[in-house]
Order: sequence, then C-alpha cells, then structure tokens
Amino acid sequence: MSTRQDTIYLDHAATTPCDPRVVEAMIPFFTTAFGNPGSRNHKFGWDAEAGVDKAREQVAALLGADEKEVIFTSGATESNNLAIKGAAYLYEKAPAGSLARGHIITSIIEHKAVLDPCKRLQKEGFDVTFLEPPKDGVITADMVKAALREDTILVSLMWANNEIGTINEIPEIGALCHERGIIFHTDATQWVGKMPTDVEKAQVDLLSFSGHKIYGPKGVGALYVRRRKPRVRLQALADGGGQERGFRSGTLNVTGIVGLGKACEIAMHEMESDAARLIQLRDRVEKAVTSQLDSCQVNGHPTKRLPHITNISFGFVEGEGLMMAIKDIACSSGSACTSASLEPSYVLKGLGVGDELAHSSLRLSMGKWTTAEQVDYATNKIIEAVKRLRDMSPLYDMHKEGIDLSKVEWAHH
Amino acid sequence: MAYGPKIIEHYEKPRNVGAFGTTAEVKTRKDVGVGLVGAPECGDVMQLQIRVNPQTGLIEDAKFKTFGCGSAIASSSLATEWLKGKTLEQAEAIKNTEIVEELSLPPVKIHCSVLAEDAIHAAIKDYQEKNGQAAKPAEQAASH
Ligand SMILES: Cc1ncc(COP(=O)(O)O)c(C=O)c1O
Ligand code: FES
Repeated sequence: MSTRQDTIYLDHAATTPCDPRVVEAMIPFFTTAFGNPGSRNHKFGWDAEAGVDKAREQVAALLGADEKEVIFTSGATESNNLAIKGAAYLYEKAPAGSLARGHIITSIIEHKAVLDPCKRLQKEGFDVTFLEPPKDGVITADMVKAALREDTILVSLMWANNEIGTINEIPEIGALCHERGIIFHTDATQWVGKMPTDVEKAQVDLLSFSGHKIYGPKGVGALYVRRRKPRVRLQALADGGGQERGFRSGTLNVTGIVGLGKACEIAMHEMESDAARLIQLRDRVEKAVTSQLDSCQVNGHPTKRLPHITNISFGFVEGEGLMMAIKDIACSSGSACTSASLEPSYVLKGLGVGDELAHSSLRLSMGKWTTAEQVDYATNKIIEAVKRLRDMSPLYDMHKEGIDLSKVEWAHH
Repeated sequence: MAYGPKIIEHYEKPRNVGAFGTTAEVKTRKDVGVGLVGAPECGDVMQLQIRVNPQTGLIEDAKFKTFGCGSAIASSSLATEWLKGKTLEQAEAIKNTEIVEELSLPPVKIHCSVLAEDAIHAAIKDYQEKNGQAAKPAEQAASH
C-alpha cells in the first residue's frame, strides 16, 4: 500500500476516512443481518429492512426531510444523474427528437457529475445556460434570476464548491425557483454533514450527496426527492425490480446504507463543534502562509465558504514541482502538469485565477481528526517548498526585478 | 506521478541553480549566453545561462532557473552538468532524447526535455549573436 501513516491527510474534500462507529454499525449487516430487504416474508429480510429504515430516518433527520423523500443511490454521481436527467425527461417541453425541449440553468464551477449530464441533455435538444460566477466564486440568486427564461424547467447548482469551498445562495435561489414553479436541484456533496441543512427552509426539490465525504463508506449516497409542494417526479434511469419507489431499481446496498445513516447521525451531533475547530485550523494555515510569503492569495469568497477547505495560489511556483516538494502531505493541486493531460483546474480558470501568468494552487481540506500539529507541520513544509522553488524560479526573479511577465517574449520552439 | 530515482535526485539536489547576474546585467555581458524558453504545452519556463571562455571557446560554467515540473527541473539541472567543459558545437549536439534516457523520463514528460534542448540552443544563439558569430542554421533547424 502506498498510503503511509506518516503522510498527513489534508484532502478531506476528496474523501474522508470511515468513522469507526460507522464501521461498527455496518458489520452485522455483512454477516448476520445479511438479508435482502426486498424479502418480505422472512426474518432475514425484515432485519435488513429494519436497518435500511433506520438509516432512512437518520438521513432524513439530517436533511430536515421526511423518510419517504430519501432515495438511496451509489453516491452523488448517480444522484446527480438521476436528478438532472430524470427531471429533464419528465418536465420536458417537447419529446425526444425535437429541439427546444426546455431550458436548464447550471454553472461552470459544478462537479463533472453535474456538468456532463447537462452537456448530454444539451446534445439531446435541451438548452443549457452555464452561469459564470465572479472572482469570489459565489453564484447569487440575482445571477439565476437574470438567466431565467419562460421555458426554464430545471436549475441545478451546487450548495458548496469542492475546490474552493464557496457557498452559493441556495435558499434564495430555492425561493426564486419555487415562485416560478421551476424544479431546483442542488449537489450538496460538500455541504451536507458539514453545515446545517434544511430542505424546507432552503426550498430545495432535489438534493444529492455521498456517504464518503462525511466519514461514511464509499459507493453509497442519497437523493432527496421532494414529495410535497411540489411533488417532484423523475424518470428512472435504471429499470428493474422497482426498489426505492421505482426511482432506483436494484437490491439495496444495505451495509453501505446503514453506514451512511450512521454517518448522518454522527454528523448531526458533531458538525457544529467540528466546524468551530476546523475554522480555527483553516484560519491558522491561511494566516501563516499569507504572513510568511509574498505573492500568494486565498481563492474564493473570504467568508461565504465551508469551514474545512482552503485554496491558496502561490505566484511564480509551478504546481507539480510544489507537489513533489510536499510529498508527505496529501492534498490536491489545481494546476497543470500534475495530471497526465496537463489540464489546469477548470474551476479556478473559470474564476479567472489562471489569468496571471504562472502560479500554482493547493487545496487543503481538513477533517475531524486533523490536529493543529499536523496543520503546522504542513504549513511550514509548504512555505519552505515555495521559498525553495522561488529561489529556482526565473519568473520570481523577473517579478522582483519589476519585469512585466505578460510582456516577455519567449523563445518558443 | 511516479518518478524514477534520477529525476528525484536532481529535483531534490539541483546542480547549478542561479544566474550570472540580474536580467539587465547578463544582457550586456558578452561572455554569457542566455536562453529563456517556454513550453506551450504547460506554460513552464526555463532559463539557461552559459559562460564561455572567449580564448578557448569552452563553456566554463552553466546555470539554470526553472519554473516547471520536476522533470523540467531535473532536465535543466542535468543540462548544466553536461554543458560544462563542452565547446559550443558539442553543446549544440546535445539531444533531448539523451536527457530522456539518462533521467528515464515518462512519455508525458518528453516535452520537458525538449524544453531543456531548446534552452541550450537559445543560450548558444544568444552568445553567438552577442559576439557577432553567425548561428549555424542547419543545427538550429534540427531541434524537432
Ligand atoms: C461537489 C461534488 N459532487 C459530486 C461528487 C461525486 O461524488 P461521488 O464520486 O461519490 O459520486 C463529488 C466528489 O468528488 C463532489 O465533490
Ligand atoms: S510538464 Fe511542463 S515542462 Fe514538464
């Protein structure tokens, strides 16, 4: 295994370790209560069903929803697909094969699991508007309002962004959509379990999230589907046994679902105190970095953001070189050269962060078990690495000499 | 990216980092040739400087600064080592494929070695231009 204990994990926005209490809750459903919850005529089925029912209550409680409004899926990707395609096909203005099937609003900073379903719908005859947030990264209700059309059928916007942690104006957008009778979906994968969620107050119709971002297992998630005011309908994507009220056929992932439920229950009790601690850790990193290094910036909105994510850009330092220097810190880089495709982060690019020449960005995301010592170690390591790489960077020299980098003529081959 | 030991070694202990003066100073120094090149693939930038003994025509010293990935840093570090003691002609003949081989660069990192080769050519050209020597057109065109 390449994961070493001496590597500090600061990538909780990618995934989280499973809480031992979650693992504990799951174990019986692998071995003793292993039944199929669809088996209605024997104890094994009933036991499994009881586990699923309890989990459904736990999830609903965290969302401020009714149990009947919770559909279990394989994770946020599936939930997003079901919500977006399922709603588009049901609320379409014209049938498949025609044009002008309806208008959908989303944004360029969504996760691929929202962008790609929207792009597919675009090919199939729907019109899609991709909102572009300003530099602070926040999508506002006014931006949505300006984009609304007569034929808008669906709005899909993430509650909080996974790269920079900014929080969109979800309750305001929800109110706007409900006023107009437009279905509103939010990808809340980074939000749920970290921040208090109330689907009623936020007037959300469809909400997606994954278990593994909230100390639950991977490969399981949920989709909240509103049942009252309005009753939201969806076209199922998979046909089969008709489980999950027909929205999602297939034998339920009982162990995963039980784990997801437990994770939600724990989050409900602990997220507030976790958040208070995480904000302190996040601020500690940002303060150290910005006070000890010039030419760096914290990306996104200064206050409208999640407690545990910070995204910092360092001028005149290249991303992969930086990642190599901080090998024992597991974090994420929003820059070219780390991926085989040399593709820079489309989210940061969308926010205009890549406009100035030559910088790299790091996303550090802290978790429940991240300590101040770990954060301090990582911060010092990063500061040291940036300094070392700047000593090696011709661009930093030019910057210090007052040369305008955008005017330099490179000897291209 | 899983890198081989030679890349890591050069990345962690780069040879000959630096410059022979500020941008303005090296511009006027006739014994110094400066190559500053950028990779359009990724936006990385490499600066290579050679100091040539006008009597012997040998490259006596070489320095680099690189804004780029680990492979780019390793390639330029290696290039400075190879340049020292060579004539301009010998230096001109260094091929990016030799760098790829020496460092065992993975395929997606080949352009990083091309950047180093380009930087060598650019530094030699700068030196020759400063000293009124015609660049050798055939050799120039040989870069991919
Ligand atoms: C905002 C957002 N949406 C969707 C996903 C996809 O989640 P999953 O891979 O669990 O389906 C992620 C996780 O990477 C995410 O951060
Ligand atoms: S990836 Fe750009 S030079 Fe290596």
